[in-house]
Amino acid sequence: MVTLKVNGRDHQIDAEPDTPLLYVLRDELELNAAKFGCGLGQCGACTVIVDGKAVLSCVMPLVLLESKQVTTLEGLGSISEPAPIQRAFMEEQAAQCGYCIAGMMMRAQALLQRDPKATDEQIRTELAPHLCRCGTHMRILRAIRRAARLMDAAALSNDREGSAQ
Amino acid sequence: MKKSRAIGGILIVLLLGGAGAAFAVAWRPAIAAIESPEPQSFDADLVKRGRVLAAIGNCSSCHTVRDGKDFAGGLAVPTPFGTVFSSNITPDAETGIGRWSEEAFRRAMRFGVDREGRHLYPTFPYDHFTNVSYEDDRALYAFLMTREPVHASQHANQLSFPFNQRVLIAGWKLLFLRPNTYHPDPTKSAEWNRGAYLVEGLAHCGACHTPRNALGAERANAAFAGADVENWQAYALNTQSASPVPWDKEALYAYLRDGFHPDHGTARGPMAEVVSSLSSVPSSDVHAIATYMADISGTPTPDRQRQAETALSQAKSGPTAAPEADSKGATIYAAACASCHESGRSLPYGGVNLGLSSAISSSDPRNLANIVLAGVRPVEGERSPIMPGFAASMNDDQIVALLKFLRQHFSKEPAWSGVEKTVEEARRTQTVVLK
Repeated sequence: MVTLKVNGRDHQIDAEPDTPLLYVLRDELELNAAKFGCGLGQCGACTVIVDGKAVLSCVMPLVLLESKQVTTLEGLGSISEPAPIQRAFMEEQAAQCGYCIAGMMMRAQALLQRDPKATDEQIRTELAPHLCRCGTHMRILRAIRRAARLMDAAALSNDREGSAQ
Repeated sequence: MKKSRAIGGILIVLLLGGAGAAFAVAWRPAIAAIESPEPQSFDADLVKRGRVLAAIGNCSSCHTVRDGKDFAGGLAVPTPFGTVFSSNITPDAETGIGRWSEEAFRRAMRFGVDREGRHLYPTFPYDHFTNVSYEDDRALYAFLMTREPVHASQHANQLSFPFNQRVLIAGWKLLFLRPNTYHPDPTKSAEWNRGAYLVEGLAHCGACHTPRNALGAERANAAFAGADVENWQAYALNTQSASPVPWDKEALYAYLRDGFHPDHGTARGPMAEVVSSLSSVPSSDVHAIATYMADISGTPTPDRQRQAETALSQAKSGPTAAPEADSKGATIYAAACASCHESGRSLPYGGVNLGLSSAISSSDPRNLANIVLAGVRPVEGERSPIMPGFAASMNDDQIVALLKFLRQHFSKEPAWSGVEKTVEEARRTQTVVLK
């Protein structure tokens, strides 16, 4: 039994320490946003956030996750209350088949948390390991820029509320 | 009184004499500036030949910075004596070599002196370029003088006293520069000689693969014995090579052509740039380089040959059963590495069989640490090996555990020492590289 912290909750998992995180997320916890693409860490569809960094969950064994916080797309927002990154992807209609999109969103989220003013160049470099076969790359880029603006606006209004109190 | 005056006089004479001798050794005249020649004045075939030669010399690796203009210089080259910046070798009249005559260019290549007569630091490998032929210098000059001129001023070198005194370089050259000493070996084939000419000259392979002495010169008695370069280990290519399967001519050719070989591994770091440069070079020249380097590698001893055959047959017998997860390193390996490295698919579609990997059998864990942290990026437009980096998923302790397991499980060599320090350093410099 190992304790796995996912989206702010502790889960007791009965699995071998070399089990990839992706299998636990999908098969045990039924968090199906992260996708199985290649299983080799080469396509990016399985990306989740661990302690603020984007990682490929298909090549991430449980043994590496001791006392770490895992965030999946489900942990960012919901259909009724989407997070800025999710809203931005919907508003830009960035998904076609959508298989790669959860991974793309997680990597973009980690980038914008680290650097809210990421340039186009940084976004392109950061997302280079992610494959999209539908070819919606330009929309994905637009969505990430939109998410950055939404996060910026949210931060601003938080600041204002804070100073009004 | 008289005596001390006499001694003083002798001292002055000695000093003046010494200064005079130093001047004679160190002073080089300026070569007159010329009007920048028109690009059209160069023969197109000559320019074309120069392009191939510049690729063999891998000039752009030092003279072009990432995302910078071609050949505009500005790369910071760390040396034990401080940082030297590469120069602008575009034909810009003010900041490049636009006003250099062919004679001035040739003097720089042969003797490491710029047009104005200043000694150049041997980070510019003229100890090799001195072997480049008159005709090849001509073609290189024609190629460079027909590039797009870029206005980019020289960055000031960051060298402390006394290394910032260029007069010292004259002394270095007396000790280590041997112009006009390269000669073909008539007892060897034409291909071997072509390879020797390229390797020892323009391709300057020894600049990375030969260890240097305290004064920064290649150790002649340790040619191709391996060295540390730009946070990577340039492997030993002579008989001291730690490769489980000895290199031969065919493997060297395939590796230099494709950037990977199933019996050895994948070119990374500075060597990836070399392979990328060589991709535009005719196969005859790459064959020649491989022929000469195979000779440097030598004929393996019967013992080594036996070990190689064992390693190869183990690799060919298909994936070994995943090791018992008896340590943290083994557990990480099973989940993070085995899916590609034990897939049974050959490079570039699967990972290299780790029992054959140079990175794991090498004396220094540095390259393995670098590759586990940063992975292998795909080469644009080519089928090339790729590997995800694990810098974000593993902390230093976990990577150390993995590296120790890999060494113990996949190599017959003794355990590495100082793996912790290597991983810590690799992570620190990796962030610099990634920026």
